[in-house]
Amino acid sequence: MALDFGYGISKPRTIDLDRNEFYKGNAVLGKMPELQSCIGCGSCTATCTAGALTDFNFRRLHTLIRRGEFKGIYDEINKCMLCGKCRLTCPRGINTRGVVQLIKRNMGYLQPE
Amino acid sequence: MAGRGASWSEYQKQIADDHYYYARSCIRQNFFPGSERAFLRILGEELGRDICDDPRHTSCTGIGYHSDIVPLETIMTVVARQFALMAEAGYEHLVTSCITSFGIYNEILNTWEEFPETEERTRRYLKEATGRELVLPKSVSHTSDVVYHFREQIAARARRRLVNVQTGEPLRVVEHIGCHYAKIFPKSGIGGAEFPYVLAGMIESWGGTCIDYPERRHCCGFGFRNYLVQANRGYSIANSHKKLESMAPYKPDFIVANCPGCSMFLDKWQYAIAEMEGTTYGADGRGIPVLTYEEMAGLVLGYDPWELGMQFHQVDVEPLLRKMGVEFDPAAKYLGRDGKYIGRPEAAVVNSGPDKRVYRIRE
Ligand code: SF4
Ligand code: SF4
Ligand code: SF4
Repeated sequence: MALDFGYGISKPRTIDLDRNEFYKGNAVLGKMPELQSCIGCGSCTATCTAGALTDFNFRRLHTLIRRGEFKGIYDEINKCMLCGKCRLTCPRGINTRGVVQLIKRNMGYLQPE
Repeated sequence: MAGRGASWSEYQKQIADDHYYYARSCIRQNFFPGSERAFLRILGEELGRDICDDPRHTSCTGIGYHSDIVPLETIMTVVARQFALMAEAGYEHLVTSCITSFGIYNEILNTWEEFPETEERTRRYLKEATGRELVLPKSVSHTSDVVYHFREQIAARARRRLVNVQTGEPLRVVEHIGCHYAKIFPKSGIGGAEFPYVLAGMIESWGGTCIDYPERRHCCGFGFRNYLVQANRGYSIANSHKKLESMAPYKPDFIVANCPGCSMFLDKWQYAIAEMEGTTYGADGRGIPVLTYEEMAGLVLGYDPWELGMQFHQVDVEPLLRKMGVEFDPAAKYLGRDGKYIGRPEAAVVNSGPDKRVYRIRE
């Protein structure tokens, strides 16, 4: 049915809060409300052991989940080595390692509670 | 709201009342030739104004300039020639029929003011190339500024209003201003860049109501290079798509655009979106008609839609004409000069509505 004119309709990078899905993010925030105090400084990512070796970016992942855009995040979060260095460096004292585990759990790795 | 009021009073430009020099638009002569003719008819016949339609003037070359094909020195000299022709014809108020040209004239006049050496250089080039002298205009208006200026006179002569004759409700209109009208030089547009009032003023004076939707000020997506290079067209259509998605829930009866590029893209991309992803907009999925402001004024003044050139549109205008109570001859749509039948275009999905093929309709 669709005609091919030799180009597509580029998908926007708009953050559409009316269409995004917040239930996964809310499940994480419900258990770890202090994640809301994240200032997005990126210290967790800068210090991350896994991130030093791959393009794994923890700040990006927890930001996307809170924004309701979590496609492909489960595979990504499994690159975390659970070393806990991010937790030592977070200026807001967020239990970031705990956040990693909550994300894994809510994304289906472990049985949801 | 105080901000809006202040903005409107601050951004009121002077629009000449008579004796205009008309600078036609290259895009419009190809896609909306009836609109330029309607403008001349409204000003000349309806309002008795003097307007010079000079066959010697050329394209402003703005599209070539924005596509990096025409160099700055060249476009400045072309623009200087238009001004020189205007002075030779004895006029000092330029009225230009295209938002791209309007932006170009303002940009160049501003550059000459900020960098006088560029004006000197242009004078020299103009003299060497054509033997003409540059005379700066007293005012530069866009054709929609002039229609806006006379909107109450037009309303007084109206044969019909922007009202749904079946329900008696005002028609719901999306107005699209075009980036180069006031986003470059806010002071050059009525209402500035934030609250441009040029089309909204016409709609309100002629009985319609404006729709305020989230992407109201977003670009139509023309963007010159975005469209001209095939590989980039996905960006162009994505912008129109974004606007259409955003306006659809407000159920507009039609779109009126300020800029020839915008009228063309908001209209023709509806066809492309229907063919590419099967989405059609508007009532019954028959598309949202896109009008120029001259067409809107012409309908209000009782002109024949086919004389206005509305058969050039991609999205069929007939449902809108019926809504407005316009009498028209459907069979005359495809008659050329001297009543000769010129053939009909193939049926397009965007006009077919739900009964022909199954499409997703965004209402
Ligand atoms: S716990 Fe995971 S996210 Fe935190 S620093 Fe270690 S590898 Fe990176
Ligand atoms: S270190 Fe803490 S505050 Fe900074 S981005 Fe990571 S979670 Fe947020
Ligand atoms: S809205 Fe589109 S055609 Fe109009 S001025 Fe902007 S880019 Fe140009």
